[in-house]
Amino acid sequence: MNAPVLRLSGFGKHFGSLRVFSDIDLDVMPGDRIAILGASGSGKSTLLRCINVLETPSEGSLELDGDVVGQPSRSGDMRFSERELCALRQRVGMVFQQFNLFPHMTVAGNVAEGLKTVRGVPAQKAQERAVTELQRVGLADKADTFPSRLSGGQKQRVAIARALAMDPEILLFDEPTSALDPALVGEVLGVIEQLATEGRTMLLVTHEIGFAYHFATRILFLAEGGIYESGTPDDVLKNPKRPLTQQFLAEHRRFQF
Amino acid sequence: MYEWDFSPVLAEGGFLLVGFRNTLILTATALSGGLVVGLLLAFARLSHRRWLNVPAGVVIEVFRTTPPLVQLFWFYFGLPIVLSVEMTPFLAASLTFMIQSGAFFAEIFRAGIVSIERGQWEAARAIGMTYNQCMGRVILPQAVKRMFPSMMERSIELMKTTTLVATVSYADLLFQANELAQKTFRPLEVFTVVALIYFVSISFISFVASRMERRFARSGEFTP
Repeated sequence: MNAPVLRLSGFGKHFGSLRVFSDIDLDVMPGDRIAILGASGSGKSTLLRCINVLETPSEGSLELDGDVVGQPSRSGDMRFSERELCALRQRVGMVFQQFNLFPHMTVAGNVAEGLKTVRGVPAQKAQERAVTELQRVGLADKADTFPSRLSGGQKQRVAIARALAMDPEILLFDEPTSALDPALVGEVLGVIEQLATEGRTMLLVTHEIGFAYHFATRILFLAEGGIYESGTPDDVLKNPKRPLTQQFLAEHRRFQF
Repeated sequence: MYEWDFSPVLAEGGFLLVGFRNTLILTATALSGGLVVGLLLAFARLSHRRWLNVPAGVVIEVFRTTPPLVQLFWFYFGLPIVLSVEMTPFLAASLTFMIQSGAFFAEIFRAGIVSIERGQWEAARAIGMTYNQCMGRVILPQAVKRMFPSMMERSIELMKTTTLVATVSYADLLFQANELAQKTFRPLEVFTVVALIYFVSISFISFVASRMERRFARSGEFTP
């Protein structure tokens, strides 16, 4: 009945002779929340970055709402036109581990920037929309401050507002809490949780296994250059079937209390 | 004991003023042209297209590593022979100093641009900006703040380098000073006055520049 928002087939990335992952098939349905787990170096961030082509995928196909994006190329990585990339990235938002806010713009300026420059929305309207998005992440009162005045958690919430302002169909989170003080992790996860209740389609790379369990509708565990095990959080996290998944989870539970 | 006497120099002050005006015109022309040339060379140098970045690299290296006096002679004496065009001292000097300072500016711009973290590019790209939009809205505004001190340094250097045009008889400050020294037999006094003019005007520029730098540092409230 429902068509996937995002479909990857035979998706792969290699840097020269180094294979990061290959033959990944994945259908993301509207409203899916997928947590991607894996040991470091398993390619989970690279997979996420290949989806909005910050990293150019090498092979396979990428479909957004049934439209194929990019072309295979016989030599090296896939090819994407500048126009395709800009269109794709407006539909697939991204939140980074290091926030990457624009330091020379105010908080509201950061959020309004994409609307103004990419969409051509008039400054006044873009500003209003920015404030609305900032309200959603609880930072409307910071609209006129500069990012350097914010805590890490606040910065990340601004970065989320910046992505939301473009009305993306899919949101990608690349370890959004890994650079944060433990005390600030909660406020960011709270915002992501709230987005989940709104039924947004999201892919999240994280080390917060507990959060992944509560947040995700589906877990992908990456290992050995591909999707090693996948399923519901209960399946994968409570009853992992395969040895590397079991080992990974055991490692994470080592210091639980 | 040498007797200092500035009165013949001061009596002909208008003569030096003409030279000073010409120096300012030449510097302003070379500077504005040099900034444009520098930006174009920097973009070409940063391009992934080999047919752009290789020639840009060659131009930059040639003009950075050869003496400006030789470059001036190329343009003034060489170019008219090769292209059979008319060349005036002002045109030759403008071209020379535009490209010469452009080569240095290009390296300053390039260093400023590549010093901006990768994450800034990625964040701008990730909201759907084109390469040019990223450059114009996100990268350059931050890079310019970092480049500003070296740009000022280079501009001052340029103003002093323009004294070389005296050798192709463009009536700049130094050329006029030479004439005046021969007329008055007071070279020490004349060149002391010239040094003073350079000292005062360049100090003034430095002062304005450092105030602008402080303003930059305050606006945006971030330290690069």
